[in-house]
Amino acid sequence: MEQLGFAAGTIVAGVFTCVAWFWGSNIVLDAVYPPRGPKAGVNILRAGAIRPWLFLGPAILLLSVYLVYPVINSAWRSLHNSDGSEWVGLGNYFWLMQDTKFHESLFNNLLWLVTVPALATLFGLISAQITDRIKWGNTGKSLIFMPMAISFVGAGVIWKFIYDYRGEGLDQIGLLNAIVTAFGGTPQTWLVLPFWNSFFLMAVLIWIQTGFAMVILSAALRGIPEETIEAAILDGASPWQVFMKIKVPQIWGTIAVVWTTITITVLKVFDIVFVMTNGEWGTQVLANLMYNWMFRGAPDYGRGSAIAIVIMLLVTPIMIWNIRNARKESR
Amino acid sequence: MDGVVGTRPHLVWAVNIAAAILVILWTIPTFGLLVSSFRDRDQIAASGWWRAPLASEQTGFVRAGTAPDQVQEGDLWVISGTVLEGGQSLNAWGIRTREPSAYQPGVTVDLPEGRTLTVAADGAYRLTSPTAFTETRGMRIFVTTLTPPRFTTDNYVRVIGAEGLGQAFLNTFTVTIPATVIPILIAAFAAYALAWMEFPGRALLIAAVVGLLVVPLQLALIPLLKLHNDIGLGKGYMGIWLAHTGFGLPLAIYLLRNYMVGLPREIIESARVDGATEFQIFRRIILPLSFPALASFAIFQFLWVWNDLLVATVFLGNSSEQLVMTGVLRELMGSRGGDWEILAASAFLSISVPLVVFFAMQKYLVRGLLAGSVKGG
Repeated sequence: MEQLGFAAGTIVAGVFTCVAWFWGSNIVLDAVYPPRGPKAGVNILRAGAIRPWLFLGPAILLLSVYLVYPVINSAWRSLHNSDGSEWVGLGNYFWLMQDTKFHESLFNNLLWLVTVPALATLFGLISAQITDRIKWGNTGKSLIFMPMAISFVGAGVIWKFIYDYRGEGLDQIGLLNAIVTAFGGTPQTWLVLPFWNSFFLMAVLIWIQTGFAMVILSAALRGIPEETIEAAILDGASPWQVFMKIKVPQIWGTIAVVWTTITITVLKVFDIVFVMTNGEWGTQVLANLMYNWMFRGAPDYGRGSAIAIVIMLLVTPIMIWNIRNARKESR
Repeated sequence: MDGVVGTRPHLVWAVNIAAAILVILWTIPTFGLLVSSFRDRDQIAASGWWRAPLASEQTGFVRAGTAPDQVQEGDLWVISGTVLEGGQSLNAWGIRTREPSAYQPGVTVDLPEGRTLTVAADGAYRLTSPTAFTETRGMRIFVTTLTPPRFTTDNYVRVIGAEGLGQAFLNTFTVTIPATVIPILIAAFAAYALAWMEFPGRALLIAAVVGLLVVPLQLALIPLLKLHNDIGLGKGYMGIWLAHTGFGLPLAIYLLRNYMVGLPREIIESARVDGATEFQIFRRIILPLSFPALASFAIFQFLWVWNDLLVATVFLGNSSEQLVMTGVLRELMGSRGGDWEILAASAFLSISVPLVVFFAMQKYLVRGLLAGSVKGG
């Protein structure tokens, strides 16, 4: 309880400080450059030049300290040894290139990168198309969208239960093994199965991201001009043709946005692997490998940072694409 | 949009069925865990959760009474009692491990030394002997029982107390609320400046914000942890609030700016002409009009902070008083991997608040997603 009081106090203090800053700094500005008197014109111009920076100040400060500085600092650390005391140049990167765990992580990340955005977008598109044309569509949408609210850790528990394994002959309590045995198959320890276990982890992220894809694609589908669809139907197109040849081509832009957004999430995927397999049995991914180097056993910040920089480099093309898109829109 | 396939009944059916399958596929994992969280340990281990609404058949044994329980009836010594617990019914019984369900209820079986045993359908057993019983350990009666469906909230009681979920719940709230409120304020001012003030470098700043949206958090952990240690902040709530504020700002600024740019220019221009200061315009006009966008971001940030594991693990520390719910859940997965009753109840407790927020505020969440579909989680 004391702790909640502390939190409430912080909210009040934080809000008060923010308001005091924005309000106070504006008053000071108006006092220094009063918008009246003989130099009113010049003063208004000057105050107008300074005021945006007062509004932006706290945000710029926080962004610099919490996002820009770490990028630079990580780049610097990645060129140094484990505790940052010695310059090693590209040594950490050379080490990465011959490390088998890194190869495994990179390969798995690529698998994730190919599979998850594709399937999540596909399922999202299908569910958007289907739920848009039935009476209980909104309820259906809500339920498919629901996993978005569930934490990766919670989802990890939920899916680990589905993949649960009991010895052959025992009653299976994991849904997947129960289905497999019901059809006469042998139960499997899904999360240990070489190569395929990564896909069982991906299922979790696909399950979470499909709702996101669905919501956005559904809005895009509704935005398609009616005339194009009506014209196609008059020309005798089947529903399938209408969907594939009329609708999908018109929402390519949105599909690309959804795809890249999920791609970013995939590149950073950590929690799911962390809690379900911890990267064992060949399921390692970059983010978890980095965590291992930074926080497990004897930390090696140099190598950990090098992996972080690799993740950053993989994200960069999408970042540039996003910036260009945003600028195009604002024009 | 209706009517394209709506005119063909068989297609309508196909679409309905396909939608139903999708919805079931997407909800069943969560539902399974929810059901399991209300079953006790033995039930979870004995049968899949989908059998929970059915009576479950279990085989086990009970011990008959011992010598002190016997009564004399005529020339017979009798021990009697019941093999069932409340609500159960008897399917079969037996006296040997090999054949635990050899006899039907109601049958009388002859035992060595002239003894007999009868177990009735209502579970009452009657063990008779011509001589007095001397056993100090009751004989085993194997029973196959049918237990009606039964649900319990014991798991929840247990995880909130003994497993530390109650404390973690408080911790999570303590982390989440300030980490949601403070970035909104800071971002709202910045977004207003980026949307409605003219100054050099504005386009560059907007591009920077869009770029920062995708910076992987992983990069920030070590440098910031070191920084916090150097400036004496260490591990604690202050640090994690600041970290979440920093990490949430790009999305907040981006969402709010996109929304504010769309507000009608005339209102703001005429307020300026009337001599309102920028601060007044912001407080009286922009802030109230931007409520939907503020709500969208608040939900995003709330869900994100509540569900976060990485930032909390790194910036808050791992002692049991400091763990947030995701942290406890992770610990439990490691230490109690097979205790599904604990895991299910804990997981449900930790996702209950986000789910409530999600269903209550879905409208704003969708709106926010549509406005800022650059960052997704």
